[in-house]
Amino acid sequence: MRPWFYWVLGLALLMLIAAMGCAVMRLLKGPHAQDRVLALDCMYLNGMLIMLVMGITYDSTNYFEAALLIALFGCVGSTAMAKFLLRGEVIE
Amino acid sequence: MSTESIANELPLWAQILVAALVLGGALIALLGSLGLLRLKSYFERVHSPSIVATMGCWLIMHATWIYFSVSGQGFAMHAFLIAVFVAVTVPITTIFLMRAALFRSRRTGDPVPPTLSNLVRNEPLEEDEARSGETASEETATEPAQLRN
Repeated sequence: MRPWFYWVLGLALLMLIAAMGCAVMRLLKGPHAQDRVLALDCMYLNGMLIMLVMGITYDSTNYFEAALLIALFGCVGSTAMAKFLLRGEVIE
Repeated sequence: MSTESIANELPLWAQILVAALVLGGALIALLGSLGLLRLKSYFERVHSPSIVATMGCWLIMHATWIYFSVSGQGFAMHAFLIAVFVAVTVPITTIFLMRAALFRSRRTGDPVPPTLSNLVRNEPLEEDEARSGETASEETATEPAQLRN
C-alpha cells in the first residue's frame, strides 16, 4: 500500500477523534439532561465510524462486529434514556 | 508491516476512492459534531448529529465495502448491515429524544419552537385559555420563541 493511503486514514481518524471531543465537551457542559443524552448518541455514532475506519486501517474484519454492536446498543441505550427523560422510569 | 502483501494487490483507483470516501465521511462527522457543540438552543442542536448518521455513516460504509470487496474475497456485503440498521434506528431515537425534550421544556417553561398545527399547544392548558379560541392559543404559542430571538 502506498504511504499516503495510511496518512489519509490517520487524518480521518484524527478528525473523528476531534468530532468525538466536540461531543464530549457538549456532554460535559450541556445545560439540560437532553443535551447530554444527545451528545452520548453522537458519541456512539462517532465511535462506530472510528471502528469502521480502524477496520480499513488494520485490514481486519473483526472491527466490523464491534461497530455493529456499538450501533445496536447505542440505539437501545439512547431510546431507553429518552424514555426515562419522558416518564421518569424506563419500564412501566 | 503485515498489510504490505495485501496492499499491493489493491489497485490505485480503489485506494483513491477509499481514501476520498473515508476523508469525506470523517469531515462530515466532524462538521456534525461541531454543530452539536456550537449551535445555540437544543432544538437546533438536535439536527446536527443527523448528518453524522446519514452522510458520514454512508460514505464510510461505502469505503468499507469497496475496500474489502477489492482486497478480500468476494463481495463484502456486511457493511450495508450497519448503514441500514443506523438508517432505521436513528430516526426513532431522535423522535423519542425530541418528544422528551419538548415535554421537559414545556414543563419548565423554557422557550420551545412554535407549533406547526393548531391541534398541538405549546403552553400548558389553563382554564381560561381553553375557552378563548384558536388565535389566542397561537399567540401564546409563538410568543416565547420570538422573545428568545
